Amino acid sequence: MQTLLREARLKRQNILDIVFRNMTRVSAFAVLALLTAILASLVIGSMPAIKAFGFNFLSSSEWDPVNENFGALVPIIGTLATAGIALVIAIPVSFGIALFLTELSPQWMRRPLGIAVELLAGIPSIIYGMWGLFVFAPLFADHIEPWINEHIGPLPMIGPYFSGPPMGIGILTAGIILSIMVIPFITSVMRDVFDVVPTLLKESAYGLGSTTWEVMWRVVLPYTRIGVVGGVMLGLGRALGETMAVTFVIGNANELSGSLLMPGNSISSALANEFTEAVGDLYTASLVELGLILFFITFVVLSIARFMLYKLGQKEGH
Amino acid sequence: MIAEKNITPKLVVRDLNFFYGEYRALKDINLTIPEKMVTAFIGPSGCGKSTLLRTFNRMYQLYPKQKATGEILLDGNNLLDKRQDLNMLRAKVGMVFQKPTPFPMSIYDNIAFGVKLYEKLSRHDMDERVEWALKKAALWNEVKDKLKQSGTGLSGGQQQRLCIARAIAVKPQVLLLDEPTSALDPISTAHIEKLIDELKEDFTIVIVTHNMQQAARVSDFTAYMYMGDLIEFGDTSTVFTNPKRKETEDYITGRFG
Repeated sequence: MQTLLREARLKRQNILDIVFRNMTRVSAFAVLALLTAILASLVIGSMPAIKAFGFNFLSSSEWDPVNENFGALVPIIGTLATAGIALVIAIPVSFGIALFLTELSPQWMRRPLGIAVELLAGIPSIIYGMWGLFVFAPLFADHIEPWINEHIGPLPMIGPYFSGPPMGIGILTAGIILSIMVIPFITSVMRDVFDVVPTLLKESAYGLGSTTWEVMWRVVLPYTRIGVVGGVMLGLGRALGETMAVTFVIGNANELSGSLLMPGNSISSALANEFTEAVGDLYTASLVELGLILFFITFVVLSIARFMLYKLGQKEGH
Repeated sequence: MIAEKNITPKLVVRDLNFFYGEYRALKDINLTIPEKMVTAFIGPSGCGKSTLLRTFNRMYQLYPKQKATGEILLDGNNLLDKRQDLNMLRAKVGMVFQKPTPFPMSIYDNIAFGVKLYEKLSRHDMDERVEWALKKAALWNEVKDKLKQSGTGLSGGQQQRLCIARAIAVKPQVLLLDEPTSALDPISTAHIEKLIDELKEDFTIVIVTHNMQQAARVSDFTAYMYMGDLIEFGDTSTVFTNPKRKETEDYITGRFG
């Protein structure tokens, strides 16, 4: 009787275990299935455009709904440029904030500053957009763009990218607003990973006579590089896909211009602006293909990040 | 053995007090650490032996609430002086910690790290310095074919010798060892103890240890500390065989602590 009971219990536990294991498996595969489904529906949805334009879609800057002639070059460049600008600004600033919060700030300042950074992450993007359009852009146009035009514009090589009418809105403005939006993400990841660096490791570096900067740059950063790159990727992901704030300040002009001060367009803001008015299969399909391209860009960016980490690891002798 | 060597004071501690905030962790410490010998600090946990060690390179200064008063003379110069340059001090007084702390870089770069902070060496000179330090730390034969590999891939004992090599690569005068074998197995511990014996040819060594046998084996002088007081200080054989104070005797015979 006793043994029978025990066997029954064991059997029940075994069944539970199998159920549990399969549940986790199903959840894991559901992610894959979703990913495939989204990818498939994007491909199917964009088929008419792919058939009509082929690879020309990527290299053409035409966007002419009346004649149904579409090309994605302008939004692709806009997306990459705004995200690039955002990272160029956000990475050093976030590193500085995280370094200050973990190493230099007096204890009583850490919490309020940390909370402030996290609150920044909680502001809805539409607020950033409105603030960018109504507050930042006019200030930028009146005070900063003339300065940029005057001082950076005449420089050889990079000059042409920084000249143009001071309108306030444009690629550069969108990039700056995006950088403000991604700074809290990158900062909080950096701060968290800096915080878990063993005290002894830092003390060892200080013990050799390193300055705070040398400790951070040459020991803490390499030690935490996977987390730091992860944080940057999180920020980049947000910058690439951000829609509302960008739509407000990028200018939504489908024109290819050499200057960052000129209005442009990004993939996500093009989608947001035009989906409602897309008539005709080819127009809709072109928009879906834009989405597919955004998907692809994100994928490539993540792969590059993985590859970079792999290379770094090799250099360090793993 | 001690009589053969001339005793020159390297570090002279005078009326040293140490505070963690309000808490007084060291009380009027006076002692002289002789040059090119091994001095061991022993005592129960929390007695202040690590605290004392960490004043010698002012490691405590990383933490705003900690402060030391009194004097610590390194070759006659007070290193607690505000004008003392911290980085230069730490170039002269190296430190190895309880746990191995290899930096996340190659073995070669681990050694070169500290050297690069102070000296501009040619590629060739740096190679020689790295080899010298690794040989001094008795690690060269084990790693000479994998200098480009990560320092974190070594075994615990090897990592600790790497840390010792890293510390001596900058050619310090004093080497502080804060329980250097507490995370190691007995064989690695024996390696490190043998190494300490060889290193005292060139460096003044101060070691904090929980292990009294270790203090007896490796040190020339021993300081017994309790509750922030220096109870007894003298040459190791006397402290262990014929202690002057009853507290010391109780501790080393295991009746207490």
